[in-house]
Amino acid sequence: MKQLPALARVFAHVSLLTVGGGMAAFPELKTLTVDVYKWLTLQQLVHLYSVGQMAPGPKMMMVVSIGEWVAGAAGAAVVLIAFFGPTSVLTLIVGRLWDALAQWRWRSSIQTGLAPVSIGLLLAGSLTMASAAITDWITATVALGALVVLLWRSVNPALLVLGGAIVGAIVFSPR
Amino acid sequence: MTEIAANAKVSTGDIFLEFLLIGATSFGNIVPYLRNSLVVKRRWIDDKGFVELMSISETLPGLNATNVAVLLGDRLAGLAGSTAALVGVCLPGALVMYLAGIAYHIHGERPIVTAMLKGVAAASTGLVLATIVQLGRKSLPYVSDLVFVVVTVVAVHQLHQSVPRVLLCVGLIAVLWYRPGHERARRNP
Repeated sequence: MKQLPALARVFAHVSLLTVGGGMAAFPELKTLTVDVYKWLTLQQLVHLYSVGQMAPGPKMMMVVSIGEWVAGAAGAAVVLIAFFGPTSVLTLIVGRLWDALAQWRWRSSIQTGLAPVSIGLLLAGSLTMASAAITDWITATVALGALVVLLWRSVNPALLVLGGAIVGAIVFSPR
Repeated sequence: MTEIAANAKVSTGDIFLEFLLIGATSFGNIVPYLRNSLVVKRRWIDDKGFVELMSISETLPGLNATNVAVLLGDRLAGLAGSTAALVGVCLPGALVMYLAGIAYHIHGERPIVTAMLKGVAAASTGLVLATIVQLGRKSLPYVSDLVFVVVTVVAVHQLHQSVPRVLLCVGLIAVLWYRPGHERARRNP
């Protein structure tokens, strides 16, 4: 229970960094949950994130799993509110001002300037993830295969991740 | 927002149910599900309006799916609509991941589960990279954009600078680079 304020702080902080996508905040999420608070290992964080890709809805719901690990149902609820509350309030306010902001010359500069930075953050996040997920040539092949299929064919990504589970079960199972 | 005017009478309950449905059925990339429900099926917004909501959502912190829910919910039925949309789209996935977290806690160390998760994590990494490549293709027309991408990646991944610091420093430089009145500043939707 005494972890609840820390959970609220960490996930509110991390949520404000998800510019362009949840992956942008991944390095910060890793630093805080793995290195600082030691709530879980990088391996476990990557596992939960990856399982989250198969769940329906917004793709960062794995934060709820971390909350549950740390402080049960209360932890899950606190994380959910901390992660989605502040950014939603911000979006609500900016959304209402958006049309008025059309007159503001900096609006388009901010959008244009933040686009490449957010893509850089997403890439950095995926490298952090890859450092734990890509451990040998088999995992590298699976990742590359998924990348190539998704870029050239229209396949449901959740199905591909499920395919990864099947490949993993066959290739990595101890026998 | 003229496209909403014709649909001024959307109830909060309808908004909640529609977003709950999206939240429960959108496996993989959520954006096509959002568009299909909100633009095609319900006609709560037209394509141009939807693209604008997506572009606001991508600039602001927060996930694109929840930001779109908040923005459209607000335009349809104010604060209540916004809250209904947000809770609806989050609830199913949150429940699934709550249960998945418990299951992983109990069974995560089993050899067969570890083997499957290795494959899942690898495929998921490929998926994340594909998403970034697709995003980059549509929103990075300038060479200077690539410089900002590289600087950001190196700062976070090689120099281990914190994400907030990089976001503030590189973000500020990039915004100033595309400052108003400069020929580099391009028109946005």
